Amino acid sequence: MLDDLDRRLLRQLQADPAASAADLGERAGVPALKAARRLARLTDRGILTARTAEIDWRALGYTVAVSLRFSLDKTDPNAFDRFIAAARAIPEVTEIQTFLGRVDVRLNVIARDMGHYQALYRDSILSLPHIAELEALVTVATVKSTEALPL
Amino acid sequence: MTDLDATDRALLAELSRDAARSAAALGAAVGLSQPAAWRRLRRLREAGVVRGTRLELNREALGFGVTVFLGVKLAAKGRVSLEDFERAVTAIPEVQLVEHVLGLFDYRLRVVARDISDFERVLRRRIMTLPGLGTVEANVLLSEERRPGPL
Repeated sequence: MLDDLDRRLLRQLQADPAASAADLGERAGVPALKAARRLARLTDRGILTARTAEIDWRALGYTVAVSLRFSLDKTDPNAFDRFIAAARAIPEVTEIQTFLGRVDVRLNVIARDMGHYQALYRDSILSLPHIAELEALVTVATVKSTEALPL
Repeated sequence: MTDLDATDRALLAELSRDAARSAAALGAAVGLSQPAAWRRLRRLREAGVVRGTRLELNREALGFGVTVFLGVKLAAKGRVSLEDFERAVTAIPEVQLVEHVLGLFDYRLRVVARDISDFERVLRRRIMTLPGLGTVEANVLLSEERRPGPL
């Protein structure tokens, strides 16, 4: 289980994921070495999984982001696996999620513009296997986005 | 818009896997010296291509076993203020993502909770009481993967 110091360090890390162990230690009120050791232990225990770069696709010219929500035809027992394997082969797919609910799978798809999106939709998306139903939500703005947990 | 060469793309792919490495280690992974890697990293950050660092935590290990995506439609009656809704929804600590979308819903929310009964508490006390709320559709997240994107 986590103790109070683990929690303090994780809270500081959530607030500033790029911070060094020394900075995190200072903010959590412990020496740098102790903070570094704790963070290493959290990593070893599989609690801290990774620190990754957040890419701003707009800065690379991808101005369109669409959430595609699929219901799959589940008469084929391998429908999920085959759908997901095919979705992985589309480079413009940045997220694949599966759900319990009305939606089975959601893909986040990015495109340079609406023309590019239309081409992707026709040539790649619609040829994914086992689609029963499909609807699109176009992202207008991201109002809040955080990985932080209410610890 | 920023143009990337093949080395930038390789560097971004490495960063989106693990950004907690030194410039020397990242450089070694793509065949660059430490100073050359450092210069490219700085340029990618300054151009806004790398927006920040994302902290990936094992939510289950931290006691957050349930993630639910909500599709929210605002009430048509009474002219809801988007600002009021957005201000209230972003203040909820369990809400990690708020996206304004076009389509079947007005907003997409990502909500974390400890378990289903904790989710029910968040839904009843925090979500259902949001100003201007109309209908809500819930889908429980079963799995997710991030893809590197078109690099």
